[in-house]
Amino acid sequence: MSADTHSNGDAGGVPGLHESDVVKIPRGVRLREDKARGGWVLLAPERVFQLDPIAQQVLTRVDGERDIAAIVDDLAETFAAPRERILVDVRAMLADLITKNVLEVT
Amino acid sequence: MNTPSEARQSPSMQPPPIGMLAELTHRCPLQCPYCSNPVELTRKREELDTETWQRVFAEAAELGVLQVHLSGGEPALRQDLEALVASCAEHGLYSNLITAGVNIGRARLEALADAGLDHVQLSVQGATAEVNDHIANLPGAFDKKLAFAREVTDVGLPLTLNTVIHRANLHQIPDLVELALALGARRLEIAHAQYYGWALQNRGALMPPREQVMEALDLVEAARGRLKGKLVIDAVVPDYYARLPKPCMNGWGRQSLNVTPAGKVLPCHAAETIPGLEFWNVGEHSLGDIWQHSPAFNAYRGTDWMPDACQSCDRREIDWGGCRCQALMLTGDATQMDPVCELSPYHDEIQTLAIIDSSRDDEFTYRRFSRQPA
Repeated sequence: MSADTHSNGDAGGVPGLHESDVVKIPRGVRLREDKARGGWVLLAPERVFQLDPIAQQVLTRVDGERDIAAIVDDLAETFAAPRERILVDVRAMLADLITKNVLEVT
Repeated sequence: MNTPSEARQSPSMQPPPIGMLAELTHRCPLQCPYCSNPVELTRKREELDTETWQRVFAEAAELGVLQVHLSGGEPALRQDLEALVASCAEHGLYSNLITAGVNIGRARLEALADAGLDHVQLSVQGATAEVNDHIANLPGAFDKKLAFAREVTDVGLPLTLNTVIHRANLHQIPDLVELALALGARRLEIAHAQYYGWALQNRGALMPPREQVMEALDLVEAARGRLKGKLVIDAVVPDYYARLPKPCMNGWGRQSLNVTPAGKVLPCHAAETIPGLEFWNVGEHSLGDIWQHSPAFNAYRGTDWMPDACQSCDRREIDWGGCRCQALMLTGDATQMDPVCELSPYHDEIQTLAIIDSSRDDEFTYRRFSRQPA
């Protein structure tokens, strides 16, 4: 088992991720708070992703219903931040987690 | 204010474990010659009861464990497996069932899924019935595994295939990748045999030649790149031929613990091979107490126990000194550096050992219970 620390680095790999796409956390992957160590984690087979606060904010909004545009709108409003920048970061993060098989496009 | 709860957070306390291997039973319908269980297997009458396991899961969650691997032997031989899965779910623990997949029917699988099971890891011993059933020493096993894998994905549970790799199945790596894809697995574990216990007894039948190992590593690497986003491939490397030791368990007593069928708590599944270590049992201590204070866990924690050459090495907190059990087996001293390390005086000797064993023609000694003492 390894404990990966999630980073918001270059995603690559998933070219066609659009604002209208809906992503979901598939069965076998669970998002939960990690009270013992603090913060939130994404639990997958034999893997634990420790989430930074930004990843936590994004993933707690991933519900398999809202599309990426709606998630970005929500974040931009909540954090009063430029939408364009948030979109770039969110897309990269989601694409990265999709290549790691812990998120799916519905 | 210095409250007791603050005192518990002091820096001398160990960070909590992430994962727990729960070896529910040593009973198993398969007889794989590299089994990770000890050579002296625990019998059914000595196994922990349902209530004790449920208490252990509650304590594990409290301690900070996130994932529980329900293993064995064959965990499905426990009649109370559904109740144990439910207990994991109740405490928020991610449950992973590690099974041979020859004795779980559709109804039981659905019951396990309903109880909250998160993931299934199915072992296959080879990519064809001939190889699989010979290694498992169980005719018909392969067909049952395939049927089970299909049920798992049909029920909607995520599936990992796991294969222990050695001389008798190393040639099947491309077929195993194809099999994983065909069965709809999301993850494949290619784990080269680690030579403890049963596998150590069988080293002359299992050790592959060096060039085949290197070729296999390349194959796995290529498949991993090709299937990125489709199939996660994790590899456990064959360390006898390596230059650097594996970071065994990511450090002794650092991230995980292992509870045996009889309730003994070990830093790793082979730790009992080291003489003189004092293991505590969940019957007498809480899991948190064991993690923090049991002599076995503290024996090789951190870096203080290391020989000078390791303490002054830049990789001391990458490799964590390698594997204690292997150091003991190959040098007679568990505090030696893992002889896989090229800086070990024993390094050449173990490479030679591997080369000799890879050219032997031994038969398997199958894993089974020893004769019942009178």
